[in-house]
Amino acid sequence: MTIHTHTGTVAAPQLAPAAPSAVAVAVLRQAGRARRRRTAYVIGTLGLAWLAAFVVRVLLGDYTITVPDFWRIVTGTEIPGASFILMESTLPRAVVGTLAGLALGASGATFQTMARNPLASPDVLGITMGASAAAVFTLVVLGGSSGAVTVAALLGAGAVALALVTLSGTGPGGAPYRMILVGVALAAMLASVVHWVLLQADVYLAHEAMVWLTGTLSSATWPEIWRLGVVVAFTLPALLLVARQLQVVELGDDLAQGLGEPPAHVRTRAVALVVVLTAVTTSVCGPIAFVAFLAGQIARQLLGGRSSVAAAALVGAVVVVAADHVAAYAVPDVNLPVGVVTGVLGAPVLLWLLAAGRTTRQESS
Amino acid sequence: MTGALRRPVTASLLGLAVLAACAWLSLVVGSRGLATGEVLGAAAAVLTGTGTGSATEGIVQARLDRTFIGVVVGVAVALSGAAMQWLTRNPLADPGILGVNAGASLAVVLGLQFTALTSVGGYVWLALLGGIVAAVVVYAVASLGPSGPQPLTLALAGAALSAGVVSVIAGVLVSNRGALDTFRFWQVGSIAGRPADLVAGVAPLLVVSLAVVLLSGPVLNATALGDDLERALGQRVLLARGAVALGAVGLAAAAVALAGPIGFVGLVVPHLVRLVTGPDHRRILLGSALVGPVLILLTDTLGRVVTPPSEVQVGIMTAVLGAPALILLVRRSAVLR
Amino acid sequence: MTALRAERLSLGYGCRTVVEDFDFAVPPGQVTAVVGPNGCGKSTVLRGLARLLRPTGGQVLLDGVDIHTRPTKQVARQVGLLPQSPLVPDGITVAELVSRGRHPHHGLLRQWTREDEEVVAEALELTGTADLAARRVDELSGGQRQRVWIAMALAQRTDLLLLDEPTSFLDIAHQVEVLDLVRDLVDARGTTVVMVLHDLAMAARYADHLVAMRHGEVVAQGTPQQVVTAETVCDVFGVTCRVRWEELTGDLTVVPLGRHVPRGAAVAGSGGGPAAVTR
Repeated sequence: MTIHTHTGTVAAPQLAPAAPSAVAVAVLRQAGRARRRRTAYVIGTLGLAWLAAFVVRVLLGDYTITVPDFWRIVTGTEIPGASFILMESTLPRAVVGTLAGLALGASGATFQTMARNPLASPDVLGITMGASAAAVFTLVVLGGSSGAVTVAALLGAGAVALALVTLSGTGPGGAPYRMILVGVALAAMLASVVHWVLLQADVYLAHEAMVWLTGTLSSATWPEIWRLGVVVAFTLPALLLVARQLQVVELGDDLAQGLGEPPAHVRTRAVALVVVLTAVTTSVCGPIAFVAFLAGQIARQLLGGRSSVAAAALVGAVVVVAADHVAAYAVPDVNLPVGVVTGVLGAPVLLWLLAAGRTTRQESS
Repeated sequence: MTGALRRPVTASLLGLAVLAACAWLSLVVGSRGLATGEVLGAAAAVLTGTGTGSATEGIVQARLDRTFIGVVVGVAVALSGAAMQWLTRNPLADPGILGVNAGASLAVVLGLQFTALTSVGGYVWLALLGGIVAAVVVYAVASLGPSGPQPLTLALAGAALSAGVVSVIAGVLVSNRGALDTFRFWQVGSIAGRPADLVAGVAPLLVVSLAVVLLSGPVLNATALGDDLERALGQRVLLARGAVALGAVGLAAAAVALAGPIGFVGLVVPHLVRLVTGPDHRRILLGSALVGPVLILLTDTLGRVVTPPSEVQVGIMTAVLGAPALILLVRRSAVLR
Repeated sequence: MTALRAERLSLGYGCRTVVEDFDFAVPPGQVTAVVGPNGCGKSTVLRGLARLLRPTGGQVLLDGVDIHTRPTKQVARQVGLLPQSPLVPDGITVAELVSRGRHPHHGLLRQWTREDEEVVAEALELTGTADLAARRVDELSGGQRQRVWIAMALAQRTDLLLLDEPTSFLDIAHQVEVLDLVRDLVDARGTTVVMVLHDLAMAARYADHLVAMRHGEVVAQGTPQQVVTAETVCDVFGVTCRVRWEELTGDLTVVPLGRHVPRGAAVAGSGGGPAAVTR
């Protein structure tokens, strides 16, 4: 075999000039504009969908409230009947549904991006279950206050997250699957603990706990809603910032480190924020099944395969508020918890994902 | 030691001895401890029908029933798990993981809610139907995937189905406080407080399923040779496989109808047995039939003493002890790397 | 000009030491190729130089300062890295992927600018991937994909580039394409490149400086003419061969001898070079 070293036969460098041609910049701009337009379009549509769901949830139902009446009540006028329904039922439910949906959707998309696997959402991984088990235990066995329940939920979710990381190991490749199965096992274990706790309570408390465990918006009080609102207002923007760093971690650990973003730090930050969001949300409205899992998937489909934490958060808000409306009025005279609707909706989607093989994506270069 | 254990007769005798010891423990241990003499006397009185109706006799009667049901459920669940692991060539198969328990539970809840059924004999068939539907759905979903029914997809499809079913059950229960009060005691999986004659209701299903699964040894050994060879062996094998699958689901459904969903026993027992017997499937089946009840009785007895004066139900005990075993399996399993 | 130097560098994973007492100053403005058989520690050395591995002994100096004491994002503006198997995020387009190379130049407040746009456009153009800008990366061929990854590394705008096996999984035409591009960059822009290659023939063809490693140690380094000798090839790869340099044209002929008697003259022209034999 004969090889020419470059010193022998140097070809003239076929390099373009240092300044990029106008054509390349134009192509790039064109590509960027198309992408941004689609993202803006999707986010805008989702925003409108949320607004529509919110308005329907607040104003329509068994008792219709007109828009002028709505403004009058919100600004302080007392309208018999309507005031009570709006301020004690429909409005708090719509608000807490929005907050919970934002939190869960963003959490799910973050985890799915991080593990590069659509199954790796905090609910499938058992983090939500950790929060619920701790919360139910505190509520039923220790008789704790709502503040104590929130703290317990944080501790429970954090403990599961920690167990997941330690038990599944951190090697790349097969680790996501191992993590998912470890999560499923932990969730099963915690579920049986919850069942045991339910047995210790009298039937009324057990019924209340059962409703909460299914995921409900009806038990939230205004102080709890404020607390959730404050947490979401601080944590969600932070998570959106971390999502930008996650975009680099998505390229693989080595490359991320090469680009100056140590992946372990980014992951720790993301997990901590997700634990806070899911735990506080769960402590207020219980584990609303599948929202975290579904929102990321739906957002991904809407954006043509790309993941976006912001879009997923909005999808979450739309899903929870709309599902709550369905849950409240689907069966006459029965006020179902929202988790029943999201669970019945989410299981087929997850099964379909498995059947379509969307979860067995191999990592490639 | 292991050498001796590998000899079937020695191992079986040892297994029976351990089972007898566990049954004895199950009779003696409880929130009220009883002396050996008391138990023997009361048991004799109860069994021969010459009881005087004393408190001790009541307790012993309850513990006898409980032990009997524990043995039946243990055999059923462990055999079901062993057959499922075998059929799907999947180390993670178990009636709980594959969604059979969830399907059976849903059928029972719907039966409680919408029909006038109240007897176990009535809803055992519902449980069977629910279990079969769930098993078919889970297996179909996993098979539709591009790489066929992988252990992972089977486990995840089972988890997905279970999660959806839990939502439906919750939907039914939150609107029916009476059903909730019955169901919350049933859903944890317990062998306590069930009269022994419940077994009569599920006996037909239990006996047929047991016979099918236990007599399937030669067929299943052929199955282990791989799908291609199996196809070459022809339709009889496929039919037999179908029958065994039905038997495995039937066993799981009977156990659910008797004691509620008891998770992880079907998963863990065959793995424990394999450590001793090696890979021969017939031995694994027989071993599972011995170790299953041992595990159920042991965990049930343990559940009576961990939080005195109240009890922790056996289904909770097995879940709390079994989940770490699943995690261990997942960590060791090369299939998932 | 960025100066990168390893001083008595020892690297390992866990308690297993792979490289010990590695001394090497990266020659500026040149292409350095690290060659050697599988498992000789060549990728480990590159990872060490790129601060991906914390040294178990010695240090890596970037402009005279220990690389691990400097803010990692600042280092990323000076040293670019293309690892062996980076991951393609789902549904990402070429333009987006290359744009992520600008990450080290962004902070909390400093966002996307016109300058970023120009740098990305230039990187696309240099690698001939401008017309792929709107395509999805997962639809591209292996060679195109590798050029896109190099474009991403270029968008990082560093004057030192570390490439780990940039030609693995590529067929011969794409290998030549990628290495031609690397050569062009160095000749036209004065970029410094250190790359790991397992193919000795390719390394000798494209590099100014060769580092031959075996069992975690440098066996020989210097110009291709100095390093590629029958003796060194035997030492490094464990293959007996005949090496001939044409003084006048600089052409190199390496004939692996193996255990078999040549069957006719065709042998010299066929075969894939010595590296192919040892693979």
